[in-house]
Amino acid sequence: MYEALLRSLTPRVLGILVRRGADFAAAEDAVQDALVEAVRVWPADPPRNPKGWLVTVAWRKFLDATRADAARRRREDLVDEEPPPGPVPAVDDTLQLYFLCAHPLLTPSSAVALTLRAVGGLTTRQIAQAYLVPEATMAQRVSRAKRTVSGVRFDQPGDVATVLRVLYLVFNEGYSGDVDLAAEAIRLTRQLAAAIDHPEVAGLLALMLLHHARRVTRTGPDGSLVPLAEQDRRRWDTTSITEAVEILQAALTQDRLGEFQAQAAIAALHADAPTTEETDWVQIVEWYDELTRLTDSPVVRLNRAVAVGEADGPRAGLAALAALDDSLPRHAAVAAYLHERDGDLPKAARLYAEAARKAPNLAERDHLTRQAARLNARPCR
Amino acid sequence: MAKYLLLKHYRGAPAAVNDVPMERWTPEEISAHVRYMGDFAARLEATGEFVDGQALAPEGTFVRYDGEGRPPVTDGPFAETKDLIAGWMVIDVDSYERAVELAGELSAAPGAGGKPIHEWLELRPFLTAPPTITE
Repeated sequence: MYEALLRSLTPRVLGILVRRGADFAAAEDAVQDALVEAVRVWPADPPRNPKGWLVTVAWRKFLDATRADAARRRREDLVDEEPPPGPVPAVDDTLQLYFLCAHPLLTPSSAVALTLRAVGGLTTRQIAQAYLVPEATMAQRVSRAKRTVSGVRFDQPGDVATVLRVLYLVFNEGYSGDVDLAAEAIRLTRQLAAAIDHPEVAGLLALMLLHHARRVTRTGPDGSLVPLAEQDRRRWDTTSITEAVEILQAALTQDRLGEFQAQAAIAALHADAPTTEETDWVQIVEWYDELTRLTDSPVVRLNRAVAVGEADGPRAGLAALAALDDSLPRHAAVAAYLHERDGDLPKAARLYAEAARKAPNLAERDHLTRQAARLNARPCR
Repeated sequence: MAKYLLLKHYRGAPAAVNDVPMERWTPEEISAHVRYMGDFAARLEATGEFVDGQALAPEGTFVRYDGEGRPPVTDGPFAETKDLIAGWMVIDVDSYERAVELAGELSAAPGAGGKPIHEWLELRPFLTAPPTITE
């Protein structure tokens, strides 16, 4: 019941410990220990000042660990005194933590693990479950990540883009276990947006909210994938969509366009349309052009071909597709769809089957196999 | 973050460079091989990339359903099965390139004469959970 509060306090408490001079790795362990203690103690004895309680307990845990460590190494015990409370630092420690945990020295999987633990306050076990790896493996990944950034100065300014990539990964990849990673990514991005005024942070938050708003309609009761065109739009979460659109519009007025704002704009146009047919495909193509300019990603070009197919007809979509490397992931799936729209059903069926063989996940594979089967089962002419 | 299966074959894979059956190795060579495999797994645990590793007995049985109320039919083992899995290791890595690098290391396990076996390992990606953002 205290979990949400505890986890929202995690980065601030950790930031305070680091500011007091604790090294990041030891401070992070101490905060985790304090969280465990809070879960044990708070239900019977809730603190009046949760944050103060956590700071006190975490600092004590840090000192205990440091002393034990020092004793083990038969060294002088240097850190002994409770430091003076001191003024609240002007810099936002939460923001610094995001930078540290997404540091370019870290591999993507390490950055994700460290962010979820140190900023998100998740336990190693929860993170391990979310990524289907043994807890020991995740523990090693986290401690390695901490070692990697141990030499990085805490107040060194970082690049927001690296943080956004990590949060995007958390949102987009992972399994749904005990922890809802998508909701967690939204929470962390929201917290980041509160710490820094940056249009791309807002853009990513809007993008996540827009996709999250459609989440329940993306899968059927049997877990099968429901494509956008067939989703029950009445079940989309309009509150989230409204919030996202407001966030996005405010970001766009800053006139510093980036890829997440552009992606969110596309998602917003989908969210805004009562049906696939009534979707403003022309504007979506324009946003894909912006995205292409910003990222020059072949995946964006592939998605653009789909949008062109809707805006200008399947022949135009196929022409856009023809310019792309057919080894791209989902190329065959897009080709299949456009050929079906163009009326070449045998070709579409063959391509759907090919796309199914190349699908990177089970839900997509089953969906594409079903598409091929649907076309193959049509009555002979 | 992607999971890969490293498959080791008893047979069915292309012939290894140092292709001497294990029973012709010296006991020390076998120990060195086993140690290498153990060290490899331990190293992957330390890098946070290890998921699972198991060895399989060479002989198995085929089983199939035989209708309501009837016991399953079993058959085999089939001596002529051309593909025989010896064991696997599952890794969780950042890229395909890293998976290839690790498979290469595992393939360098020492065999006869203490030289790397250069055995062929099959690298198979796991199907993942579907991503949220696709369009």
